[in-house]
Amino acid sequence: MDVPRLPEFDDVVLEVKDLVTVVTVAGKEVRLVDRVSLALRRGHTTAIVGESGSGKTMTAMSLLRLLEPPVRVASGTVRYLGQDLLALTERQMADVRGARIAMVFQDPLTSLNPVLRIGFQIAETLRAHRKMTRAEAEHRAVELLRRVGVPDPETRAMDYPHHFSGGMRQRVLIASAISCDPEVIIADEPTTALDVTVQAKILHLLDDLRQETKASLLLITHDLGVVAAMADDVAVMYAGRVVEQADVDTLFHAPRHPYTRALLTCAINLEDDRHSVLEPIPGAPPDPAQRPSGCPFHPRCPDAVPDCRRIDPPLEAVSRRQSVACIVVQRAMADA
Amino acid sequence: MQPDTAHAGTRSENRFRAESGAPALTAASRRGWRIAAFARDRAAFAAALFLLLIAGLALLAPFISPYDPAAADNLLRYAPPGTAGHLLGTDAQGRDMLSRLFWGGRVSLTVGVVPVMLASAVGLLLGLLAGTAGGWTDQVIMRTLDVLFAFPMVLLAIAIAGVLRPGLWTEIIAIAVVLIPYVGRLARTATLSVASMPFIEAARAAGATRTALLLRYVTPGVLPPLLVYATTLIGLMIVVGSGLSFLGLGVQPPASDWGAMVSEGRVVLRRAPHATVLPGLVIVVVSLAFSFLGDGLRDALDPRSRRR
Amino acid sequence: MRGFLVRRLAALVPVLVGVSIVIFLLMHLAPGDVTTVLLGPQATEADRVALRRTLGLDRPVPVQYARWVARVAEGDLGTSIATSRPVATLILPRFLNTALLTATSLALAVMIGYGAGLLAALRHRSVLDRVLTGFTLLLGSTPPFWLGLVLVLFFALRLHWLPVSGMTDMAGEGGALDVARHLVLPTVTTALGPAAIITRLVRSSVLEAMGRPHVRVARAKGLGRGALLWRHVILNALPPIMTITGLQLGYLLGGALFSEVVFAWPGLGSLLYDSITARDTPVVQAATLLIALLFVMVNILVDLVNAALDPRLKES
Repeated sequence: MDVPRLPEFDDVVLEVKDLVTVVTVAGKEVRLVDRVSLALRRGHTTAIVGESGSGKTMTAMSLLRLLEPPVRVASGTVRYLGQDLLALTERQMADVRGARIAMVFQDPLTSLNPVLRIGFQIAETLRAHRKMTRAEAEHRAVELLRRVGVPDPETRAMDYPHHFSGGMRQRVLIASAISCDPEVIIADEPTTALDVTVQAKILHLLDDLRQETKASLLLITHDLGVVAAMADDVAVMYAGRVVEQADVDTLFHAPRHPYTRALLTCAINLEDDRHSVLEPIPGAPPDPAQRPSGCPFHPRCPDAVPDCRRIDPPLEAVSRRQSVACIVVQRAMADA
Repeated sequence: MQPDTAHAGTRSENRFRAESGAPALTAASRRGWRIAAFARDRAAFAAALFLLLIAGLALLAPFISPYDPAAADNLLRYAPPGTAGHLLGTDAQGRDMLSRLFWGGRVSLTVGVVPVMLASAVGLLLGLLAGTAGGWTDQVIMRTLDVLFAFPMVLLAIAIAGVLRPGLWTEIIAIAVVLIPYVGRLARTATLSVASMPFIEAARAAGATRTALLLRYVTPGVLPPLLVYATTLIGLMIVVGSGLSFLGLGVQPPASDWGAMVSEGRVVLRRAPHATVLPGLVIVVVSLAFSFLGDGLRDALDPRSRRR
Repeated sequence: MRGFLVRRLAALVPVLVGVSIVIFLLMHLAPGDVTTVLLGPQATEADRVALRRTLGLDRPVPVQYARWVARVAEGDLGTSIATSRPVATLILPRFLNTALLTATSLALAVMIGYGAGLLAALRHRSVLDRVLTGFTLLLGSTPPFWLGLVLVLFFALRLHWLPVSGMTDMAGEGGALDVARHLVLPTVTTALGPAAIITRLVRSSVLEAMGRPHVRVARAKGLGRGALLWRHVILNALPPIMTITGLQLGYLLGGALFSEVVFAWPGLGSLLYDSITARDTPVVQAATLLIALLFVMVNILVDLVNAALDPRLKES
């Protein structure tokens, strides 16, 4: 696919509108991603945060069309530089993957092919998208390894994955991801499977790369600390939907959606005050197949009103920089 | 024809499709899975009923056979199926096929079931011992079994059966001996896997004695896969046993079983193919039924196994 | 890699010792007296004692074993009791015939098995997949000797396309084409069972490899379907496939026996069978030893191939 490179003044690189991803189970369609909309800006980091099962990984996989039956994208658009990715053929999509939009996955220990050398696996990406000889690609692979902080890259490129630690393997995967200078890097919980000491380094590396290449980073995480440290914009997901969207400062200082507020309360309690009572959110996230009527959060929501059971709140802007999907909040804003 | 330790349960494989990202077991997917499982269970259920029927027919052979299976009728030799009075025809000596199939079933089923039971008992003990004792005991047991594994299974059975005097017990012993390494290895693998589970450590921490651990905690975890494996083995051993009989190493005339019947029918293959084809078909169908039963058992005993 | 090979060969020694003991004991625990077989029921006790001494049967069992091993190591496989010919000259041509049958059967089984298994995995859940799975199940439950007879019934007796049995035509001049014609039915009969097992395993192994995380990662890199399939799926699916292929080869060495009996193919299996019934101990021992040895070597070869494929194994 011949996609023109980014004109300097255009800000939004990837725009997702009303994405719906479903899984067909026992003849019924269950929504895993429910009308999610996002806008990734060039050079900025957008974080999607939510619990397990909130649909954040599904969203990422849907963007790159990595889903396999019985899961599929049902509707919506994913515009990359104006082109709707969902309309592309599989071949065209393969040209986009790894080259224009790259993804770093969650578990580095299982993400590399155990029977191929590291250098080869990076060179693979290069040769899939650029015309390069084996030698040129392997050479470039060594440079990439150096860039991501792998010591002694010439020797290490000849090693197999099982010779590397988890953190090193994640660096390798990142090297592979940036190899073709993508405009968008999707990182799905890139540090969850790593030791705490290594996590910061990897995140730092991602941030560096983003600044250097002006790529747009889509960071998926359940860790609010990571969000606070890395993100410019944040989307909070619950039960397959975005329930709140804001820039990071606003989100942390003025969260509006009850779920966001509860999440922040949990996190803050753990960090600051050893003596304060742990306040978990009562209940559990709903089974996508048995979603509550109306607002999916209402059974656990401290601010719920009777209408919450009937009305499914749309995501509406409450200010220039913040959108919330909650009728209680929206009504309060209207009254004000 | 061969016990396949890698994939006990011949019909379906475990395919954990976590990669599609679909939620592992939502209520809806559980319902869907149960429906598919029931469909499969119906096959297993049907197989179980069928096998009960076969076993019943074999057991009752003395009472339900229309003729004496050894009664030769020179006038009615190799009569085709559908001949008056002989539903499935007669063989080269004019003996009624249906009756011979009933009586033959007694031997064939025995040769399928008994060796597997014997081998399972011994194999289970060996496997438990090797798996729990570890160290030298494990090494000695496994090295010994390795020696038996060095022979192709059928070949060893033929060699053993050939060396002893032909007869029912010869077949049983030959097959049982040959099966012990396979069951033993499975039992050992299962023991190791069960013994490493956290609940064993928890039980030990709670003060369980070694015997109690073995009997009440480890063994119940080893039995299900063993049972599934044994069921599939029975089907396979009916085929192997029929092979031994075909070679004349099993029961001797006038007694007969399905394999021997195939051998006897061979001389009239051109003129009376049914004498050969029918017993073989019965072997195939019964063996298949055991495979289905084994798969059904695996689905029933391992709730985590998912459909392909 | 070399260390791996050395280790495997070293582990071989105790197994071979055990195998030889088993083979030896097998014949010696057999009921019935070989002297009766040889001399007939009329022989006197004195004759029997003399014969026993000649055959070395009066020594204690471990001594007999040691002598046997020593002789085999020198290449002396003994003399056939039934035909009075050296066992080695008996075995060699038969072994070659079996090797021919085994080679063609394995080739056929592998072609069918790899092809059908891969196809079934790629067309997972389709009608083709289900049909193939049904077939493999059916073939797995079919006695090979019966299958052979059914094939003979149709192709030889009814359709007259192929010969009924034997390796060559008695009347004809022989030649490769003649052998080839005689080879068809035995090969198909011998190959179908292993083909079914291989199909099933290839299918499940490829499906399992397709579901591994690194495949998804490779897809996300934008790799083409071909590279994806070969480097990321098949290469990782190979080890169990190699193992089962080796196992099938071992089975073929022994299981071809049924085909040889049904089709009167003059091979090692039919020799073994005849010798067992004739209580021709030296031949049985030598033939079984040969087959077991080959089987063990094949397994080592499979291990080597797997180690070459997976760098993690090489180092273990």
